[in-house]
Amino acid sequence: MKFLRDFLDKQKPQFEKGGRFEKLHSTFDAFETFLFVPDKTTSNGAHIRDAIDMKRTMIIVVIALIFPLIFGIWNVGYQHYLSHGMDYDFWPMFGFGLLKVLPVIVVSYVVGLGIEFAFAQSRGHEVNEGFLVSGMLIPMVMPPDVPLWMVAIATAFAVIIGKEVFGGTGMNILNPALTARAFLFFAYPAEMSGDKVWIAEKADAYSGATPLGHLLVMETDKVPSVWDMFIGVIPGSIGETSTLAILLGALVLIATGIGSARIMASVFAGGMLMGWLFNLWGANAYMNIPAYQHLVMGGFAFGAVYMATDPVSASQTARGKIIYGLLIGMIAVLIRVFNPAYPEGMMLAILLMNVFAPLIDHYVVESNIKRRLKRAKVAVKA
Amino acid sequence: MSNVIRIKKGLNINLVGEAEKTIKELSTDQFAIKPTDFIGVFPKLLVKEGDEVQAGTPLFVDKYRDNIIFTSPVSGKVSEIKRGAKRVLLEVRIESDGKFAAVNFGAGDPSKMKREEIVDKLLQSGVWPFIRQRPYSVIANPADLPKAIFISTFDTSPLAPDNNLIVQGQEDIFQKGLDVLIALTKGKVHVNVDAQSTPSQAFTAAKGVQVNHFAGPHPAGNVGVQINKIDPINKGEVVWYLYPQDVLVIGRLFKSGIYNATRVIALTGPEVLNPVYYRTFVGARLENMVKSQLTAVEKRFVSGNVLTGTKIDLDGYIGFYHTQVTVIKEGNYHEFLGWAVPGFDKFSISRSFPSFLFRNKKYKLDTNMHGGHRALVMTGQFEKVFPFDIYPMQLLKAIIVEDIDLMENLGIYEVDEEDFALCEVIDTSKTDIQVLVRKGLDLMRKEMS
Repeated sequence: MKFLRDFLDKQKPQFEKGGRFEKLHSTFDAFETFLFVPDKTTSNGAHIRDAIDMKRTMIIVVIALIFPLIFGIWNVGYQHYLSHGMDYDFWPMFGFGLLKVLPVIVVSYVVGLGIEFAFAQSRGHEVNEGFLVSGMLIPMVMPPDVPLWMVAIATAFAVIIGKEVFGGTGMNILNPALTARAFLFFAYPAEMSGDKVWIAEKADAYSGATPLGHLLVMETDKVPSVWDMFIGVIPGSIGETSTLAILLGALVLIATGIGSARIMASVFAGGMLMGWLFNLWGANAYMNIPAYQHLVMGGFAFGAVYMATDPVSASQTARGKIIYGLLIGMIAVLIRVFNPAYPEGMMLAILLMNVFAPLIDHYVVESNIKRRLKRAKVAVKA
Repeated sequence: MSNVIRIKKGLNINLVGEAEKTIKELSTDQFAIKPTDFIGVFPKLLVKEGDEVQAGTPLFVDKYRDNIIFTSPVSGKVSEIKRGAKRVLLEVRIESDGKFAAVNFGAGDPSKMKREEIVDKLLQSGVWPFIRQRPYSVIANPADLPKAIFISTFDTSPLAPDNNLIVQGQEDIFQKGLDVLIALTKGKVHVNVDAQSTPSQAFTAAKGVQVNHFAGPHPAGNVGVQINKIDPINKGEVVWYLYPQDVLVIGRLFKSGIYNATRVIALTGPEVLNPVYYRTFVGARLENMVKSQLTAVEKRFVSGNVLTGTKIDLDGYIGFYHTQVTVIKEGNYHEFLGWAVPGFDKFSISRSFPSFLFRNKKYKLDTNMHGGHRALVMTGQFEKVFPFDIYPMQLLKAIIVEDIDLMENLGIYEVDEEDFALCEVIDTSKTDIQVLVRKGLDLMRKEMS
């Protein structure tokens, strides 16, 4: 890789202060550090550093996203042919899915990274890697038939309003990918809900409602089997249908320590708890579905594993994370069962708790402060 | 061993290059006292180049606390006064005449002396600067009456020197030093020992003190952690702390009446061919110690350990408080797609590198940052290596926004830079956390004075 290094070293002066392309410094830096870990050495404090950096962290999340993505691509094809009553091998289905999904991913990355680069440039800092994950999450929470221009404006909205106005990666209050989803959900409800959008180029006669769509109108008999929902051979957003694939991704996140197992477990526990409470109440058919069924339906698992765990918008304290997770799980199920307008509660539950996460942390930290003050008072008395 | 205090959170970083347990004599005649080693001290010079000095002759005093005197560790002449930008005093260099002629401050029995007499002797001889205080880690204020004095007899940082070896044969001097300290506090003198090994009798059988046993990974040996577990510092309280070799200096002063700042320094690190201990005095020049001892790569010399030490040059001098020199490779290289390769030989606390499967592997680490500086994104990382009842991330953010009240409420009095060293090492965002903590402590100190 010597020639590549030499080439970069030769070009570098042009992008530095006083150089011809000084204004593109951040862009050059982003590509350079993508190819080579910088030669920067420690100057203050500890002389040795952990090998992990933001790129490594983000690439692990992207790897964890591969499982639901691959399954999602196949499922897009499978659902399409199923609605037309056709059955094919793996590859034609995967190929159809790829043709549908790949453009969405490309649009999300191009628009999002373009804005990220522009902001990094104007602020004069390095390009953050956060969007590598957000750019993958956005396509995965879109319906397969979503128009590309919608993906583009949703991404732009999420990056600018959801993230950059707060100061960029690490400063945002809401999860950017969910901000994109919510933007489309409220701006273009027709394209983001109902039973027309969950299967790509669906045959007209075929019902394309998701399990949650069926439940919303109390058609409990039309809900697919729990096993089908767990495997994920159901209509839905691109990446969220297969609980199995999502759990594989969760395994990667937990094994590497990148994703918070604490949050994931408490979201599932919260959903289970709420479902079980509804079982006790049992006022209608929706309340009577088994509690565990909530966990495999809709975006619950996907949200729990990839969205709620976003370290920036989640609670930051260990105890806060448990409260935050439990409440997400409970509110998601609560919205599903009680709200006649939105079939899915997960997105709203996570966004709501994103907003409340700093408050939860505040009280957790406050208890620590109180403990310290109390200790000081005892010391004064003694 | 009845009450072992177990530290659960932390991390031992295993490096190649532990010092062999033998002590060699170091032959060097170059020494220097560096005012920059002392936090918050503004030096007022008392000697000029060419002056003859003895061990114990004052070199400079603190301008704002002029009873705190810094004296020469050896006899000889002042060879150079090195200044930096804006004429900041960097080093007072002394060329030893090899005779070790010393000023006699008179021996003494601390049990028969008044507290003021003891303090005065320590101040006059230049031994006082070895006694430091928490909060802020500055030289103790002679006017204070500390609520306790802490001595950590073991060091858990990478390649740390073995204090059991160092005090061997000097048990009575160590006890003498402790007797002096007992007279200085209204509270207890705590001698904290390692429960995972067999510490020297000098520590475990010390008289008149409370011996506490600690077990666990680094930072279990940090005095800040030990204070936090035994007698945490509240607002307005002051605790003093020393290390075993500092106690020996005090012991020698009261036994023989002279300032004898003999230091045993461990030469360690992956780039040292024969890591071993050297006996010399405080402020010794590095060059002779590492001469013909080094590998061929470009190196960094660290006075102290790799977590908290100071970078010095080959012709530089070892820091006043340091008992260790670590030599590691400079990491000024580019690594092709380094963030994407599996990385079997990379050190990381996160399990995103397969090296986590080999728990006891010893590493040859270098000074590469392994990434660019980013915003603080990841959470819950610091808590794994920070054994205080303190929220580290929240405290750091309070320091960043300079919120004095919040810093105080979140427990800044209980911590020091070194307690955050591991956080800094494992930080994904590559923030210079120790600098930040120092900034917070300095701000606090300014605000409180």
